[in-house]
Amino acid sequence: MSQQIFHDSPEDLAHKVKWFSGRLAVYSVLILWAIICLFPIYWTITTSFKMAPDVMRGSLIPFWDYTPKWLGWKSLGLSPDTIWAESTVRNEFLKRFYNSVITSLSASALAVFLGSLAAYGLSRFSYRFGFMRNSDISFFFLSQLILPPVVLALPFLVLYKSLALLDTRIGLILLYTLTVLPIVIWIMRDQFAGIPKELEEAALVDGLSIWGAFATIVMPIALPGMVAAFILSLVLTWNEYFFAALLTSTHANTLPVMVASQTGSQGISWWSMAALSFAAILPLIAIGIVLERYIIKGMAAGAVK
Amino acid sequence: MAEQGDFLHVVTTDNLSDRRIALGRALMWGSAGLLALVALAQTAQQIGYADMGFSNWRPTLYAYVFWAICLCWGQVLVRGERGKRVLFVLPAALFVISMVVFPLLFGLVIAFSDWNLSSPTGRTFNGLDNLRQMWNDSFYWNAMANMVRYTLAIIVEYAIAFGLALLLNSQIRARKFFRVAFLMPLMLSPVAVSWMIGKSMMEIRFGPIARLARELGWASPSFFGSPEMARFTIMVMDAWTYIPFMMIMILAGLQAIPKDIQEAAKVDGARSWRGFWEVTFPLMLPVSITVILIRIIFKLKLADIIINVTAGGPGGATDSVTSFIFREYRDRSNVGYGTLLAMVYLVLIVIAITIVMKLTDRWARPRY
Repeated sequence: MSQQIFHDSPEDLAHKVKWFSGRLAVYSVLILWAIICLFPIYWTITTSFKMAPDVMRGSLIPFWDYTPKWLGWKSLGLSPDTIWAESTVRNEFLKRFYNSVITSLSASALAVFLGSLAAYGLSRFSYRFGFMRNSDISFFFLSQLILPPVVLALPFLVLYKSLALLDTRIGLILLYTLTVLPIVIWIMRDQFAGIPKELEEAALVDGLSIWGAFATIVMPIALPGMVAAFILSLVLTWNEYFFAALLTSTHANTLPVMVASQTGSQGISWWSMAALSFAAILPLIAIGIVLERYIIKGMAAGAVK
Repeated sequence: MAEQGDFLHVVTTDNLSDRRIALGRALMWGSAGLLALVALAQTAQQIGYADMGFSNWRPTLYAYVFWAICLCWGQVLVRGERGKRVLFVLPAALFVISMVVFPLLFGLVIAFSDWNLSSPTGRTFNGLDNLRQMWNDSFYWNAMANMVRYTLAIIVEYAIAFGLALLLNSQIRARKFFRVAFLMPLMLSPVAVSWMIGKSMMEIRFGPIARLARELGWASPSFFGSPEMARFTIMVMDAWTYIPFMMIMILAGLQAIPKDIQEAAKVDGARSWRGFWEVTFPLMLPVSITVILIRIIFKLKLADIIINVTAGGPGGATDSVTSFIFREYRDRSNVGYGTLLAMVYLVLIVIAITIVMKLTDRWARPRY
């Protein structure tokens, strides 16, 4: 056999080894971090199907280490054999779930509505309220981000008490709207600034009013941004615990408050706690997987100018 | 903050009849008068002047909402086209003012009083007593110091987030999977996280993390035993939740850097490490500052995990200011003292953030 004429020189082969080891390092870091991110979720799902001895032994893999049982879900009234039966725990859970859904959806919708109007106005017209110009008004809205919730919490407790808004969903919705409004305005301002004003000018020439132009021309273009802002607010309001814990007691409790109250009691079993936690985070996991694009878009809007 | 977006300049001729303007004025002032009337009547009842049969302050709230609607409507009637433009910002402005400014002013009153919500005596002014109490409250100052420690942890979080963003931005397969996986912690509610990680995975006897620690040679792992360890654990859990947030914003910044700049650096002979420090990192400076500022703002609200995992323990060592005030209220239901603590916290935050923003503004201004 003759010597191959065109072949990789030893230097090139060394380069290849280096390249492979680099790839290996990159992927191992990525996989390690993916495990760090996902393992707690996996642990919670599997624990909700465990029985006491499995928990003690620390079994990890279902069907291999232990046989899954519906124990945790049965205590919530959500296992196959209890799903059709009457269950007080399930009713309680569904009530909290319903409260969470209502408050987070309406707070996000209200925030997106108020926020996009304000952001549009600020990006298109020059205002003058007293000494405040556009940039001052923008700063006024965005500066609400700095305000820590504790500062408002106790005054609101007293105010809501005298307004009979304590332990109502409306009270929570109003506060949640306030907390996400600056973020919505931030995202939307960015969105509207990217839309050329010539579009509206054309619409105005064609006889639309300024609100008509906003509703029929600008809104459809800015819709992805609005969805991003909505999803981001949804995530924040769904997970909110501090205000809910302070301002609600029996009627308007949201899901995080229910989870937290169960955590405190020592007698609660691991499997039912795991089932409850998992049920509480499941909607957001679903949103995260399906709408990941929008969440990233929303968060990216503020970062890049 | 710079003006952004291009402004619309529309010139319209408004033919506003005198009757329309008069109607608008009447609406605004009439509803304001109604609001004042209702508020006066309720105040009169409150101080025991006359019994009007109000059971709570709802009527004033309704009158306020009515006034707000009339104000918006009146703007359009009186000012025509310009009123319609004001209508974009006015609802949000009214909402924020009534939800923030009014409670803040009210909070200032509460802060200087002794008010136990469950006691029948109600509110009594106690002047500067709350301030004096705060000055001697070592737990509060400990919580403040903790906030500084927790905030400093952001530097490490930032480094990790930057590294992950760089990896995600490089040529890899299954990028979508990794992005979704890395995003997951942000989606979980801190309350659920505090059970999932703090209470179950870090359980000393059979939690998987404790098991792993034993495998690695830590004979008797305890994550909340000593103050330092407990603080560190809280930091780790909070970092776990919020690193995705920083990572995504940094990733967006990285993707916005034009490719040719990095290629030019490569041609000029910048190896990967120097290319990063001398090209990518400086270009990312503005984004980095935004990310860190927002992260600081979120960090200052840190409470859920602490309330649910350690409840401030051991001995108040892990308390953040928010969780401390929360427990202070839960234990003694004294609104006055808690509000004062929160107000002082707000003032300190505003001062600190202003200084930081001024400094970074000077430091990050592009030098050509």
